[in-house]
Amino acid sequence: MAAAALAQSPPVAFTGARIIPVSGPEIANGTIVIEGGKITAVGASVTIPAGAQRFDARGKVIMPGLVDTHSHIGGVDGGDASNAIHPDVRVLDSINVRDARLQKAQAGGITVANVMPGSGLLNSGQTIYIKLRDGKTIDELALRRSDGSVMGGMKFANGTNPRGASPRPGTRAKAAAMAREQFIKAQEYRDKVRAAGTDATKLPPRDLRMEGLVEVLDGRRVAHFHTHRHDDILTALRLAKEFSFKFVLQHVSDGWAVPNEIAAAKAPCSLILIDSPGGKIEAKDNNYPTAGILDRAGALVGFHTDDSVTDSRWFLRSAGLALRGGLSREKALYGMTMAGAIMLELQDRIGSLEAGKDADFVLLSGDPLSVYTHVLETWVDGRKVFDRADPKDRLYAEGGYGASHDQSAMLHLCGEEEEER
Amino acid sequence: MRALALCLLMAASAAAQIAVRGDLVYTMAGAPVANGVVLIRDGKIEGVGPAAQLSVPAGYRTLRAAVVTPGLVDAHTVVGLTGWLNQPHDQEQIERSAPLQPELRAIDAYNPKDELVKFVREMGVTTIHTGHGPGALISGQTMILKTVDAPVDQTVMVREAMVAATLGAGGKAEAGKSPGTTAKMVALLRAELIRAGEYAAKKEKPRDLRLDALARVLSREIPLMVSVHRSRDILTALRIAKEFNIRLVLDGVAEAYDVLEPIKAAGFPVIVHPTMARAAGEAENLSMETASKLRQAAVPFALQSGFESYVPKTRLVLFEAAAAAAHGLTKEQALAAITIDAARLLGVDKRVGSLEAGKDADLALYDGDPFEYVTHCTGVVIDGKVVSEGRH
Repeated sequence: MAAAALAQSPPVAFTGARIIPVSGPEIANGTIVIEGGKITAVGASVTIPAGAQRFDARGKVIMPGLVDTHSHIGGVDGGDASNAIHPDVRVLDSINVRDARLQKAQAGGITVANVMPGSGLLNSGQTIYIKLRDGKTIDELALRRSDGSVMGGMKFANGTNPRGASPRPGTRAKAAAMAREQFIKAQEYRDKVRAAGTDATKLPPRDLRMEGLVEVLDGRRVAHFHTHRHDDILTALRLAKEFSFKFVLQHVSDGWAVPNEIAAAKAPCSLILIDSPGGKIEAKDNNYPTAGILDRAGALVGFHTDDSVTDSRWFLRSAGLALRGGLSREKALYGMTMAGAIMLELQDRIGSLEAGKDADFVLLSGDPLSVYTHVLETWVDGRKVFDRADPKDRLYAEGGYGASHDQSAMLHLCGEEEEER
Repeated sequence: MRALALCLLMAASAAAQIAVRGDLVYTMAGAPVANGVVLIRDGKIEGVGPAAQLSVPAGYRTLRAAVVTPGLVDAHTVVGLTGWLNQPHDQEQIERSAPLQPELRAIDAYNPKDELVKFVREMGVTTIHTGHGPGALISGQTMILKTVDAPVDQTVMVREAMVAATLGAGGKAEAGKSPGTTAKMVALLRAELIRAGEYAAKKEKPRDLRLDALARVLSREIPLMVSVHRSRDILTALRIAKEFNIRLVLDGVAEAYDVLEPIKAAGFPVIVHPTMARAAGEAENLSMETASKLRQAAVPFALQSGFESYVPKTRLVLFEAAAAAAHGLTKEQALAAITIDAARLLGVDKRVGSLEAGKDADLALYDGDPFEYVTHCTGVVIDGKVVSEGRH
């Protein structure tokens, strides 16, 4: 039904906006046209198709939807304490799509999020990349590859985060040893599967844990590696090199201490910018300049909320604080959008405003790096999912009574009726 | 005695004479002054005005900034007690051995060398109201002090400012222990206030530090600061205040928007939760517009950095005011909530909170609009001494 409605809906054009495409220079007075869930044109002089629904966006700013590379929205469970390593656990099986934090993410301008299980474990399980569409099931939100499979990464951690009583590791070296042991097992499992070829009788018994790790080894899952301290960052780089898996460094609080090593390893870095240093030992030197230091060293820099560590509604602050710390304006905005898209291997579909890409964008009241700016509208796949002018949506943006309650079924039905009128 | 006098003399002379020039000077005692200058002598503000009218005497060191504000006043924080590392050894903000411990004093727990004190100071915060945090029915006595890195006895302004209480889930004891419900909390509080009243009325008595502190609340000498979020619990706090004729400061108040009229009628000031506080637990219904609604209802209020149990370990009252300015307050109203209005609420407005002759020379310097992310705090002066320079 949603697909049918999409196909029938007329093209939409926003005119007169200051457009920040991220893929190119800002357009002072631009037009963006969307149709069938995709961007069809962006530029200063664009022919608007006949029959298009036009919106006057003079005085407003349009930029790509924000990409949050590390979030826990959806009321997902933390790490399962029964084991230190859970490559078989899928966060997909624990997401509550009626969690109000999804609406708050929309209100914050986030259009794509990597929802992760955990944390507190060496491996908390499989993550899922979602579009912040309005949907009643996780299947409607999931991002999929062309073969229909659900996209996601794998959550790893090191440092003090996964430490604890057995079965968790008690020391850093033990943590690395346990991770290494699992990867070696996964290599052996993969080799057996490969050797079996088409002969099903030679296949090893199915092992869901090994299947998850083999997907990491085969590059079908990016390893999202929670790491803070400088030496733990290097341990993550060492493991990634040893088993040649694709990875993104998450948090990277001490990135300022080893920027050249990170850049040399071509390690993408997703940072969390927090108000003040500390709160735990590993974040004691978390600071605003790290983003700029890593960028100048040549590393790819993106950002995340780690919602609920920071609230998705304030995600744009990350760019502002990074700018305060010395990152350039262009890289700060790139970090909120395109860098995240690259980290989630979605750079061909999202992250910038270009013809052919998904129509995921935000309409802002002013400059994205000003504290006074509000997200006015958030669009995902050509559909408006947040409208500050709508009191129902505004509740999620500003807070108030009920703003943190799960969406009730009744509310949802009311929304649908309005949409169809 | 002679040695002490000599020390004092040396301290006074170490406070250099300073002129602070700003393209825009927010005095918070009238309209902002364009091209303003603040003259500082012996730790106090000597004069404030347009540079064209106020000449800088010879020998003054001149500091320059795009924007100058009074040193910021954080109306409620736990900085100095809740250490930045968040490890058992540096967490002094809550004592869980009993639900009612008003005898605990912030001054005995404060660490002026904690990194978070330095962090807030470098961002322009010069005065803080800090102490034992929410988490027990009565957690202790708060104090007001300057953020200078010096022994607390030298920097304290008010040793016992308020008695800190919590109502609602945040103040309950751990599972299985008392109090386990809000009604029980109120019953315990009421019983203790009655005991304190009986204690105060006795002429001959062994000294009881716990009841001493509450007796000062009952005599209206110091207020009871009640951290509370649910609207029903806010009303309970007002009921207790009326019953015992005590002064109240309401703290947090996520659901204040539901009970604005009773709050206004009671006449108590509010230290509203950080604008960007986590909407979770009892504060799940918080609104970013509450400060603005309090303003519209003419309820006196100030902003705070509050208490954080994890990452970040403290918020910054400057950022919270900036967020409030984006959610209903004007820029100057938001600035007032972290300067003069906060000082007034804390009862220290004769010394801090605005740039006026005779007041303590506490200033914050910025290279642009203090609320914008891209702006830096470029200098901080406390009691006439430059305590921070560089871009923060």
